Amino acid sequence: MKRSIQFLLAVAAALTLAACSTTKPADTSTDSSVNSSSSDTEAEALARQRAAAEAERQRIANLLNSTTIYFDYDQDTIRGEFVEMLEVHAKHMQATGKQVVLEGHADERGTPEYNLALGERRAKAVEQMLRTYGVSVEQTEVISFGEESPASLGHSEEDFQLNRRVELKYQ
Amino acid sequence: MYNFIKSLLFIGFLFAFSVAKAEIQIFITEGRDDARPIAVVPFKFESSSVVLQPPHDFAKIIADDLARSGKFNPTELSKLPSKPNTLNDIKLDDWKTLGVDAVVYGSVKETSPGTYLVAYDLIDPYNDKAIFEADIESGTYPIIPQASHLMLLKTKVANNDNFRWAAHIAADEIYEALTGEKGAFATQIAYVEVNRSDARPYQLFVADSDGFNQKRVFASRRPIMSPAWSPDSEKLAYVSFENGRSEIVIQNIATGTRDVIASYKGFNSAPAWSPDGRKMAMVLSKDGNPEIYVMDLASKSLNRLTRHYSIDTEPSWHPNGQSLVFTSDRGGKPQIYRVSVNGGEAERVTFEGRYNAGAEFTPDGNAIVMVHQVNGNYHIASQDLKTGNINVLTKSRLDESISIAPNSSMVIYSTVQGRQKVLSTISMDGRFGMPISSTTGEVKAPAWSPYIL
Repeated sequence: MKRSIQFLLAVAAALTLAACSTTKPADTSTDSSVNSSSSDTEAEALARQRAAAEAERQRIANLLNSTTIYFDYDQDTIRGEFVEMLEVHAKHMQATGKQVVLEGHADERGTPEYNLALGERRAKAVEQMLRTYGVSVEQTEVISFGEESPASLGHSEEDFQLNRRVELKYQ
Repeated sequence: MYNFIKSLLFIGFLFAFSVAKAEIQIFITEGRDDARPIAVVPFKFESSSVVLQPPHDFAKIIADDLARSGKFNPTELSKLPSKPNTLNDIKLDDWKTLGVDAVVYGSVKETSPGTYLVAYDLIDPYNDKAIFEADIESGTYPIIPQASHLMLLKTKVANNDNFRWAAHIAADEIYEALTGEKGAFATQIAYVEVNRSDARPYQLFVADSDGFNQKRVFASRRPIMSPAWSPDSEKLAYVSFENGRSEIVIQNIATGTRDVIASYKGFNSAPAWSPDGRKMAMVLSKDGNPEIYVMDLASKSLNRLTRHYSIDTEPSWHPNGQSLVFTSDRGGKPQIYRVSVNGGEAERVTFEGRYNAGAEFTPDGNAIVMVHQVNGNYHIASQDLKTGNINVLTKSRLDESISIAPNSSMVIYSTVQGRQKVLSTISMDGRFGMPISSTTGEVKAPAWSPYIL
C-alpha cells in the first residue's frame, strides 16, 4: 500500500520537475547577467533569496499538482499529510476564483449505498477544510460516487487504499 | 446536423435495447448431501416439418432449475434405466431400483411452425396414493396402475420466444408438488454489468432467474446503482449518474419509458418500493446529510422518516408496509435500525458484530438478511427478529447487495471471486450456494423480481 503511494508521489514529483525544467533555463541566464554587474555578497544573498523563492514556487506547484486526498478505512478524517496541500489549494482557489468539484469515493468493502454516503462524508470533510481556509461556498460542489468509480480495479488492501479518496477537480 | 446525429444515436439506443446478449453461465460449485434424488427424462420431440429439434431442451431446463435450488439432485442421463415419454412406458420397478423420489417425463410436439405442445407428468414411484391435484379433470388420465402414482399431469402450448419460460413454469409446478412451497424459477433478476471497453460501460440488464435471456434495458457512460423491482414487476427503479451525479430513475421495462423522480441537491439513492407499489423509500442528502424519506409516487411529496446527523441509508420495507429497517452509524459503526412508516423513534435491531448493513426483510417478515462483518470479512447473514440469532450464510469475503427470492428459498448477492465481481446465490439455510458468472464484465447489484404472472 505504502509503496504504491510512494510511487504515485514519485510520478507526481517527476511530472512537476519536468514541467518546471522548461522555464528554468531562461531564469538562470538572467541570473548570470545580473551577477556580473553586482558585488559577490549581494549576488549571493540575491541568489539565496531567489533559490528560496524558487523552492517555494516548486513546493506550491507540487502541492497543486496533487489533487487526491486519501482516507483510512471507514473514516472521513483528513490525515495530517494532506493539510498543507489543501491549504495551498485553498489559497489558489481564493486567488483565481476557480470552481472545484470534490468527488468522494470509497473502497468496495461494505454495501454500495452506505459507501455512497461515506464518499459524500469524505468530500464534505475536504470542503469543510477548504472553507476554514477561506474558500467561498459558491466555489465548491460535492459529488459522491461511493464505490462505483474505483481508481484501482483490484481487490487487495493496496487497491482499497487507492480507492478511499477525494479528488479535487478544477472546472 | 446535430439533431440528425441525435436521432441516429436514439435509433442506436433502440437497437441496443432489443439485442439480447449471450447468456451468462451458471455452474454449481457446492453439492449438498440432503438433496433429493429425482429423474428428469429427456423429452421426446415430434415434428411433421423439417424442424429436427425444439428451440431448447425443456427437460434440461427443468433439471437445471431443480438442481439450482439445492433441494434436488437430478440423476445423470447415462444412469437412467429407461427413457419413458408417456405414462404407459413407465416401469415403476426401474425407478424404485434407481432410488429416486420422483420421475419427470414428457414430450414436445411441433403442432405448427414455431408452436409447440408440451406434455409432461410427475410421478412418485413409491406412493400409489399420490393422486394429485385438482387441475386434472377426472377421467382424462388412463386407467392403468401407474396412474395412481401421478402427482402432476400437464400440457402447455409454447412458442420459440416463451419456450424457456414455459419450462421454468413447469419447474415451479414440480418444485411445489414435491416441497409444498411455491417455486421461484419463473422469475427474473435485474443487475448491473460493467464492461469497461464499451463506450457506455455501465449497463442495466434483466435476465431469467437462471441467467439466460439477458436483455439490456439501459446503458450509460456513468455508473448505475441499486436496481429495485416494482411489486407488479413491470418497472425498475435505480440510481443513475448519467447527468453527472446520482439521481433516482423509474423505467418501464417493456416500453423503456424513463422518469427521473429524485434529483435533489446532494445524492439521491437506495430506492425501495413500498409493498403496495404506491410509495418509494429513498435516501436523500439534500438537507446536509443522508436521511430516509418516503415519496408518494403519485404526488411526489416527501415524508422524512429519520432525523440524525449520522449516515442513515438502505431502507427496506416490512412486507406489511408498516415499518422499515435501515442502516445507520449513529452508534459509531453501521448497524441495522427499525422505524415506523410514520417516523418516530428508531429502534436498534442488530447488536452482534462491528458492521451490519444493507438489510432486507424476508418475505414473511420474520427475519432480515444483511451484510455482516466477521474478522474483517463481509458475509451474508440472516437474523431471526424474534430470537436475535444470527446465521452466517456465506464464506466469501466481499459480499454485498442482497436480494431475496420471492419464495424465500434463496438469496442472490454480489461478491468477488478471484479477481472478478460476480453474482452468487445461497440457500436461506446457507447450505447450498453457487456463482452466476458473467463471461464478460463485472456484474453486481442483483435484484430478484417478485413473482411474475
